[in-house]
Amino acid sequence: MKLDLALRELHRSEKSLAADLLKVADRHKVDHEIYHVARDLARWSQQHGYELAEVGKRYGLTLADDVESDSGLLAGVREKVSELAGRRPEPGLLLLADLRHLHRVAAGVSLDWELLAQGAQAAKDSELLALTRRCHPQSLRQMRWANAMLKVLSPQVLAS
Amino acid sequence: MLVGFRDRIAEPWGARTPYGPGDNWPTRVDAHLADSVSAGQVERWVQSASILHSNGDAMDIAVSGGRIVGVRGRAVDRVNHGRLDPKDLFGWQANAAADRLTAPLVRDGGRLVETDWDTAMDLVVRRSKELLAEQGPSALGFYTTGQLFLEEYYTLGVIAHGAIGTNHVDGNTRLCTATAAEALKESFACDGQPGSYRDIDHADVIALYGHNVAETQTVLWMRMLDRLAGPNPPTLICVDPRVTPVARAATVHLAPLPGTNGALMNGLLHEIIRNDWVDHDYIAAHTVGFDELRQQVEDYPPERVEEICRVPAQQIREAARILGTAQRLLSTVLQGFYQSHQATAAAVQVNNINIIRGMLGKPGAGVLQMNGQPTAENTRECGADGDLPGFRNWANDSHVAELARIWNLEQIQIPHYAPPTHLMQMMRYVEQGTIRFLWVSGTNPAVSLPELSRIRSILSQQRLFLVVQDIFPTETTELADVVLPAATWAEKTGTFTNADRTVHLSDKAVEPPGVARPDLDIFLDYARRMDFRDKDGQPLPPWHDAESAFEAWKQCSAGRPCDYTGLSYAKLRGGSGIQWPCTAEHPEGTERLYADGQFWATPEYCESYGRDLVTGAPLEPTEYRAMNPGGQAVIKAAEYLPAHEAPSDEFPLYLITGRTLYQFHTRTKTGRTPELQAAAPQVWVEMSVKDAAAHGVSEGDVVEVSSPRGAIRAEVRISGIREGVLFVPFHYGYWDAADPDQHDRAANELTITDWDPASKQPIFKLAAVRVRRMGGVS
Repeated sequence: MKLDLALRELHRSEKSLAADLLKVADRHKVDHEIYHVARDLARWSQQHGYELAEVGKRYGLTLADDVESDSGLLAGVREKVSELAGRRPEPGLLLLADLRHLHRVAAGVSLDWELLAQGAQAAKDSELLALTRRCHPQSLRQMRWANAMLKVLSPQVLAS
Repeated sequence: MLVGFRDRIAEPWGARTPYGPGDNWPTRVDAHLADSVSAGQVERWVQSASILHSNGDAMDIAVSGGRIVGVRGRAVDRVNHGRLDPKDLFGWQANAAADRLTAPLVRDGGRLVETDWDTAMDLVVRRSKELLAEQGPSALGFYTTGQLFLEEYYTLGVIAHGAIGTNHVDGNTRLCTATAAEALKESFACDGQPGSYRDIDHADVIALYGHNVAETQTVLWMRMLDRLAGPNPPTLICVDPRVTPVARAATVHLAPLPGTNGALMNGLLHEIIRNDWVDHDYIAAHTVGFDELRQQVEDYPPERVEEICRVPAQQIREAARILGTAQRLLSTVLQGFYQSHQATAAAVQVNNINIIRGMLGKPGAGVLQMNGQPTAENTRECGADGDLPGFRNWANDSHVAELARIWNLEQIQIPHYAPPTHLMQMMRYVEQGTIRFLWVSGTNPAVSLPELSRIRSILSQQRLFLVVQDIFPTETTELADVVLPAATWAEKTGTFTNADRTVHLSDKAVEPPGVARPDLDIFLDYARRMDFRDKDGQPLPPWHDAESAFEAWKQCSAGRPCDYTGLSYAKLRGGSGIQWPCTAEHPEGTERLYADGQFWATPEYCESYGRDLVTGAPLEPTEYRAMNPGGQAVIKAAEYLPAHEAPSDEFPLYLITGRTLYQFHTRTKTGRTPELQAAAPQVWVEMSVKDAAAHGVSEGDVVEVSSPRGAIRAEVRISGIREGVLFVPFHYGYWDAADPDQHDRAANELTITDWDPASKQPIFKLAAVRVRRMGGVS
């Protein structure tokens, strides 16, 4: 039984996605939709982290449920830098790179949920399966958001 | 009957003409003439309709000696049956205000100086060509309004999307009606108002969500008041944090905390579904998505919703019972939902109530997702607001190909790689310096957009070439490089369409002042000077006046939901307004959409594949095809999310902004109308009794209201608004302020830069603020 490994890995990747979303939010505070929606979406990953920690207990895991709610000591610095550079076009390219990164991380999380769901079915753990059915769609939505914002914002960045 | 101005300022809704369910709403003709003019002196009555609100009230303009001398409601019209809003009774006087823009202005050494059309247009054309050569179409953006005419929007749409090929076109409808359109696109995959004003004549329950109709559409409220005064009156449900006239007339008044509409709607749906007040046959035959909604709203029992919204659970149950047992349910929605957090998600849940109850397309049973402006519907139809013309789907290549064929352009010339750029994103591109030419027509962003200090700094950048086309000097023309003087209502001919799809003709009654020109003529002049051509080298757009533009629009609309092919100027002249779609098969128009449970939602035909209501991400065509292959109504669920700004220790109160009955937008016209300006001359702030006591302020005291973004000063009015919430009207800018540079009275000094991810409508009704007493009664 290696479900505990899958749980641990997914918990780690959700935590890292939440942290990345918050970092991107800070870094692009003057791109207001990115800022607000990335913070909303970070909350999903935080919630997934709590729920994985809870279910992990049944598998003998002690997963930290202290998911950070802001992006750490440098949050203020990142926000300030964002504001100072707000009048320049160059952060547009940085934003595309950040969204591309988020898409890749969210895609990884989504795959981890898929693996966990497969394992839960094989182990006939219906509680775990229900959790994957609740959370996996949100990972997909996080991924599609990054993709959609790339699609919407890239033409102006690249053509101007 | 001529109604004197004193009466209609003090009694804006006039006398009652009661009627019962299914009866014809009695006619009452409202009119007002200048004091010096008698009815016998009126030389001509010229047909028109209102452009001072979204209701679409038809009127005739009285002309004498080449001047407008009054107005009279059109008794034959289906919308108003002769009645007029006080703004229309008096607002025509502003056309002749002394400070109209009468000549073009250009910036010269830091100030605006008068010039001629050739000089002004040459500057605009030269800068356009420079930027097209240097950067391409992405350098140019157009920001228009909800107050021009259909022909003007369509012309602008062709110039921007087609001739120039920029994706950056939007209207200030983004601030007023974007969520109405988006909510309809989510539920029905296509814009288009399902209901009709005549549903008020038949409904047994009218539910008004964030819709203070008594002030925003006074004639529609007269219709409701007349039903309430008649036999078997309808039951009203009101959702609004203020005690409005609607709230006072309602059987149940729900006053949720700002930012919690999504949770409230899920609570109402929870009760309706739990009690099985749903039409299972209708759901099975005509919808997709019901199971997802049922699962989603399971998590919102009234007790949980009470905690979130601070609305008693018992009230939620009572409202749900009334909604759930209505025989003919009419639902209306406006800015209380559209300009708040989770705008589209909440407005879509209103649609869901009517859908799951099978209450669509029948007399009295329908949805009215309202507009805030008189011609907002046309901005949406004609492709001047972040949509493609004719409700065409930017993500459907065959729709773009059809448009390219109609315009005789190569398909690649029309941007469709993403949704047309919405206004708030355009402002960001201007801020970053990648949009370097912005042409603003008929709107005043320096007062009407959120977080004004930011907007002023964006629009006053040296590197931005700002063209402003308007009828008066405004806070925005002050920042312009070129100001173009426009003609307005009564000075030009054209058509426009109200919130229930009624198309009216508005004829020219008088000459514009000075060398001011109709917006249509200005756009066409620009096109000729730019020498825009189609792929065969013919002038683009090919039309030359309003009627030829209308005929071209008819061709563009053919076969689409907003089909105008059965209309003509001749048909609209003399009679009443007509509701689209109007075709050879339906020459008298269409009262209600979706009467047969058939929708414009098939993947091939629909305007939109929809968006994720939380993230705003557009659905891919394949996702939509899989979800809704049969083109049925889409029941879309959404979880509640906490708002992005909440009161704190430092800023402990909520601020919401809104309108007063007597003013419109930034008061460019109503502020120059003596009766209207006198009725509401100065900004104020509404507070509850308890909040006033806590801050030691009394009625009439001057307070400073501040948010993390700015501060204003306003007189206190103590009202029935819910505790913890302040209200400030948004009309008051600086053009007539004692010191215009103080920036101390526009509500938008305080508002936040944030918008609904799905509709992109800014959030004006949710900012954290604090209050400080400045002085006693002045």
